[in-house]
Amino acid sequence: MQVAAAKETIFKINDLNLWYDDFHALKDVNLEALNNEIFAIIGPSGCGKSTFIKTLNLMINMEPGVRMTGEINYKEKNLLDSRVDLVDLRRKVGMIFQKGNPFPQSIYDNIVYGPKIHGIKKKSELDEIVETTLKDVALWDEVKDRLKTSAMGLSGGQQQRLCIARALATKPDVVLMDEPTSALDPISTLKIEELMTELKKKYCIVIVTHNMQQASRISDKTAFFLHGRVVETAETGKIFSNPEDKRTEDYISGRFG
Amino acid sequence: MVAREQFSADLESIQKSIISFAYEVDTALKQAIDALYERDSDLAYKVIENDELLNERDQEINEATIQLIAMQQPVATDLRRLVAFLRVSSDLERMGDHAKNIAKSVNRLNVLSAYEIPPAIRDMQEVVSKMIHSAVQAFEEEDVSKARKLADLDNVVDSMYGELFRDMLDERKAQSGKHQQTMQLVFVGRFVERVGDHITNIGESILYLVKGTAVDLNK
Repeated sequence: MQVAAAKETIFKINDLNLWYDDFHALKDVNLEALNNEIFAIIGPSGCGKSTFIKTLNLMINMEPGVRMTGEINYKEKNLLDSRVDLVDLRRKVGMIFQKGNPFPQSIYDNIVYGPKIHGIKKKSELDEIVETTLKDVALWDEVKDRLKTSAMGLSGGQQQRLCIARALATKPDVVLMDEPTSALDPISTLKIEELMTELKKKYCIVIVTHNMQQASRISDKTAFFLHGRVVETAETGKIFSNPEDKRTEDYISGRFG
Repeated sequence: MVAREQFSADLESIQKSIISFAYEVDTALKQAIDALYERDSDLAYKVIENDELLNERDQEINEATIQLIAMQQPVATDLRRLVAFLRVSSDLERMGDHAKNIAKSVNRLNVLSAYEIPPAIRDMQEVVSKMIHSAVQAFEEEDVSKARKLADLDNVVDSMYGELFRDMLDERKAQSGKHQQTMQLVFVGRFVERVGDHITNIGESILYLVKGTAVDLNK
């Protein structure tokens, strides 16, 4: 058996608590996400999983009344106690949402939007980024002849892949995905899933998903959230074959109720 | 635990089929041993013929289980339960084969000159039958301690077989010219002993179902 090199820790969350005003939404969350791994977060609606993923790039601060304690260490830097450059953070920690949300611009302009903000102006360099990222998301062959046409003309699955390409264009370390395939048909879903297993070779991926088969198919580790707490986190194979906690078992077996 | 009623009903239905399969195997073994003591070739042929039905039962359970896996995508205990169903059914099928093997030995013995059948074989079959009933209970109740106890009974069967084997060697000395009968009877003892091992495997499958880890009870 080959001994794998230790993977770099990208996120280390220590005792994270989060309140929306008086509502205690995350309770003593402790988790670790490694590079080159897909970390899946599962749990019923309202369990805090979307709140949690939004803490990882501090997008949560846009919500009113949010207060946090604990540590969100991103590469050993606690996002909660130091002055964080949000623009830089969001370049390094990209996010993909439920539904592809391309800008109402051309395919090309969607991708170069981020790099331009970060100061890249040379056309050849931008062209290179467009081609590489579109190839990374397996969209290049489908759109290379119509890069200047509107992104809104793409199918749902293509739009989602374009949004992933747009996130990759700023060369992030992490890609956060909040139910990235819930609005897609099975074929598009499969393409995104295959893309994710490809992407984890270069990035750390954290995904929130309602689709348990998706978590079991693609992720390396899974955390089960319930009422704002992490009930159990383990290797995905372990979670889906022999979970420790009865509540995890009931949830993944579809016997919650 | 109200969710997935249909799935639960389907699981229960397969579980019931396995339990009745186990009782059919028990009957086959008992009939094979009856045929041995009564030198009843008709009964032996019936056991041989019926083995086909037991094989079909195994097939049906396999198909129903695999269909349920495909359609319900079970995980965790549900998944292990269905894997245990496949394993238990396969062990029962092998036990049925041993009943058939015993019946074949009976037919071979019945064309030879008469030979006193040692009571130990019946005793072994009775312990094995007790094991089948305990295994069914352990399986139905998913009871780990009952599953573990099967190994103790299997040890009893193993030592009974050892004793039978030694006695037959002694008798061979005493009853020269009946080597073939002796051989067949040792085979029969061996088949019953193997049935005990398969029931112990069933115990292991129950432990796997409940605990999610592999345990070797056949040590």
